[in-house]
Amino acid sequence: MAGVMTYSNNTALALELLTAAGLMGQEVKALSINNEQQAQELKDAGASVYEVTGEYSAADTNMVAEILKQAAAALGVDIILLSSDRRGKELSGRLAQKLNAGCLTDIKAIQVNGTEIECERNALGGAAIAVQSIKSTKQVLAISPKVFKQAEPAGDGSINNYAVEETISAVSVKEIIPKSTDSVDIADADVLIAVGCGVQTKYNLPAVEAIAQSLGGLVGCSKPVATDWKWFSEERIIGLSGKICSPDAALILGVSGQVQFAVGVRGARVLISINSDENAPINSMADYYMVADLNDVLPQLKDAMS
Amino acid sequence: MIVPYLGGNDEKREAVLKGVRELMKIVVAMKQIPDLQQIRIRDRKPILDGVPLTFGKIDKNALEAAVQIKEAVNGEVVVVSVGNEELEDTIKEALAADADSSVMLIEDDIEKMDSAQTAKVLAELIKQVERYDLVIFGEGSGDNYSGQMGSRVAEILGLPQAGYVTSIEIDGIAAIVKRSLEDQEEILEVKLPAVISVAADLNEPRIPSVSKVLKAGKKPKEIFNLDDLDIEVCEALVATSSSLAPASNRKGIELKSVSELVEVLKSEASGGN
Ligand SMILES: Cc1cc2nc3c(=O)[nH]c(=O)nc-3n(C[C@H](O)[C@H](O)[C@H](O)COP(=O)(O)OP(=O)(O)OC[C@H]3O[C@@H](n4cnc5c(N)ncnc54)[C@H](O)[C@@H]3O)c2cc1C
Ligand SMILES: Nc1ncnc2c1ncn2[C@@H]1O[C@H](COP(=O)(O)O)[C@@H](O)[C@H]1O
Repeated sequence: MAGVMTYSNNTALALELLTAAGLMGQEVKALSINNEQQAQELKDAGASVYEVTGEYSAADTNMVAEILKQAAAALGVDIILLSSDRRGKELSGRLAQKLNAGCLTDIKAIQVNGTEIECERNALGGAAIAVQSIKSTKQVLAISPKVFKQAEPAGDGSINNYAVEETISAVSVKEIIPKSTDSVDIADADVLIAVGCGVQTKYNLPAVEAIAQSLGGLVGCSKPVATDWKWFSEERIIGLSGKICSPDAALILGVSGQVQFAVGVRGARVLISINSDENAPINSMADYYMVADLNDVLPQLKDAMS
Repeated sequence: MIVPYLGGNDEKREAVLKGVRELMKIVVAMKQIPDLQQIRIRDRKPILDGVPLTFGKIDKNALEAAVQIKEAVNGEVVVVSVGNEELEDTIKEALAADADSSVMLIEDDIEKMDSAQTAKVLAELIKQVERYDLVIFGEGSGDNYSGQMGSRVAEILGLPQAGYVTSIEIDGIAAIVKRSLEDQEEILEVKLPAVISVAADLNEPRIPSVSKVLKAGKKPKEIFNLDDLDIEVCEALVATSSSLAPASNRKGIELKSVSELVEVLKSEASGGN
């Protein structure tokens, strides 16, 4: 009968989706498009893989959604799990509309109660956590990266080739420019040091790096520090449109603590903030806070820690 | 570089070829949301009473992108929005920031509508705008941030789409856009008419002058309610069982000196082990 279909063009995320799909208590079918290596990895993780090959453009959201729609019909699945990275989010809405399905994106947790799938996601820009479920038979669920572990190798996988009707594309790719990617992922940090606009000058960064090193931590930042000041790559952004981190300890330097940032460090076991404004919202969500000017504190802290 | 605008739909293209001067019509979808900075939490419940409404920050980026295109190619910007009665006031923010006119759906219980329902209404409002060439969304609304609406509306209207766009150029009958993904950027050519969702911070939205704010009230506004539109809105497909601020029991201890700070860091943040 009904089943669950998973798809992400990102193999690591596709493996995470297999783990999530395992919770649903239904047959799982993993779709893979034009990616033989991914199909193999999913098979090695024990999945029934349906591999689609053909002249498809991954950049054309409509085309990919069309493939998924046809596959869902042919494989008889009602629930489709996608990754909530940028590609996956864009795809979710298009596919949901094609299927007349309800859709939730940025899912942070899932609880299956019988036939109901309860999902947690941020609401009000992160000020609240909403528990939501989809009432329609067809469901499109896009799950945030790292919520689930990647599926481990397991036996019994298979690869089936699968053909869908091709459609004409109105989107053509002129150029692809790789972004330089970080070798570290702040979402994995045990100790996280967050640089906010209150760090004020780049001259303070060597002290921040030294403190991070002595704590064995990774440096992340608030959004404007990456997007406006370009001090770090966008992969270092903590928060709603960046990474959700749950380190053992977070040291927050000169961040005001607006909701969109706060959702990214809410999961820290211990939260320590340094901010010159006593009334900065971040202080009221900290275990320890210090009201001080970072231009003074950073050099002193660096010396004391080394 | 911007190539002269040739028109995104067949009728327009023909008109242009015949030598008739045509305006490029750009529709921007903007959602009014509570000012998130002013939401207070009581017993874990977000208190929205009395919190002023405004447009989401990314939606202001979307409007700015549209206005920049219109200024470059000779065009017209129409804002579409679905909201409660306060929208009539909120919309002035967009009209003051150089949108030319607006089409709105105003209903009381609009907050209860889910993405599928809103998409249907929004698509219908967009259809009220004759011969549009480009529809611009934000990558996510300020409150819900689910990023569905642009994709859903593109599907209803049967248009190609590109999301997470950080630059837009108009090249004859297509838009050349840059889509910014986690690991790469794509330069895409998308045939017009098309739906584009812009990434946050792609531009700095203009701050309207006082005289523009005063004139905003006089710009054309078209207001509909659900009964005016010839559509069936289905039941909500998504149910919300709770929406609470996360429980927090932080200690809130003030540290008075760097040495106290060092002590806390050494005991609490001993690092990677
Ligand atoms: C849809 C959406 C998504 C967003 N997503 C994110 C996100 O993922 N991550 C994110 O971070 N933001 C995000 N934002 C932006 C967010 O709303 C804030 O604008 C941002 O977090 C502010 O960064 P900040 O605290 O570093 O800067 P500011 O708000 O400028 O705060 C600087 C702080 O530093 C303090 N300070 C100043 N000087 C000193 C000094 N010398 N010593 C000590 N302290 C000092 C100030 O008191 C202040 O508290 C998003 C916004 C929107 C609308
Ligand atoms: N009620 C609405 N009225 C007008 N535009 C909307 C509305 N809701 C969402 N949008 C548009 O759709 C985008 C994505 O919204 P969302 O899917 O809620 O994240 C927003 O950035 C707006 O451009």
